[in-house]
Amino acid sequence: MLGASYVGFGSLCRESGLSLMQGMASTTSAWALPGQVAMVELYGVGASLVAIILAVALANARLLPMTVTLMPLIRTAETPRWRAYLAAYFVAVTAWAQGMQRCPGLPREQRLPYFVGFASTLWMVTLAATAIGFFAAGQLPASVSLGLVFLNPIYFMLIFMVDLRQRLRALALGCGAVLGPSLSLLAADWGLLFAGLVGGTAAFLLDAAIGRTRRR
Amino acid sequence: MTSAYPWLVLLAGAVVTYAWRGVGVLLSGRIDADGLLFRWIGAVAYALLAALIARMIVLPIGPLAATALTDRLGGAAAAIVVFLLTRRSLLFGVLAGATALVLLTNL
Repeated sequence: MLGASYVGFGSLCRESGLSLMQGMASTTSAWALPGQVAMVELYGVGASLVAIILAVALANARLLPMTVTLMPLIRTAETPRWRAYLAAYFVAVTAWAQGMQRCPGLPREQRLPYFVGFASTLWMVTLAATAIGFFAAGQLPASVSLGLVFLNPIYFMLIFMVDLRQRLRALALGCGAVLGPSLSLLAADWGLLFAGLVGGTAAFLLDAAIGRTRRR
Repeated sequence: MTSAYPWLVLLAGAVVTYAWRGVGVLLSGRIDADGLLFRWIGAVAYALLAALIARMIVLPIGPLAATALTDRLGGAAAAIVVFLLTRRSLLFGVLAGATALVLLTNL
């Protein structure tokens, strides 16, 4: 499934005017799809570099708490520091979820190798998928390659449906979804950032307010 | 814009992305990943991504811009329906969404 969404990313790269090498380089070096999609989309609308960097940073900010929670699980006192930093590179949603699920059941010294092995396999798949998407977007008739580019928003939309059960996430998703298109009309490059900051903060405050009234 | 510019964008994107992971290693064991600050950061990230997705569906750029809004919404609705009917199978949901869009556009 992750493969299919990277096929969509490959197609998106082609449609945004990036080369195959650039698309693959993005998958190789960043390997966190939401940030990659935000980056390529904003690049496509000609947003400024600063706006792109900030949007990518915000879209990927969840990698920090994810790494913080995974590390104590896979790291032992003897783990060399460079191996921990190397393993951190592979923290991304799918591999992280798998690691958090499986690692507690493994002997300590096997956890880091397991995580890196699992994640690097995924990584190879996503690289191949990026290339497939790129070529497919060029080969298929335009009316069909539309569907490939459509894979990305649909994939994330469905993933987020699972999160609707959590109040804060549901609020944040709702605020963002409403603000996103409207603010993008006002400013193509900064609109997205503002939608995230304003929508996220509003959701955070709302969630805290609801929490307080519930407790009373 | 020179041909080096896209590479610069990619490099910057990769550096920013890894920075979160690197700082995560540095801070692991020292901070509470469920604290208020991270709840806020998480909310902002979710809102930003929802904004991005909504924009890609409602106001897309590139080839999707040539499709009708109703077709894209129809595709999104098909994805949700199939996703729910197949006990939340991402694969079938996404395939249904993309296929529905292609079919609707070519009607």
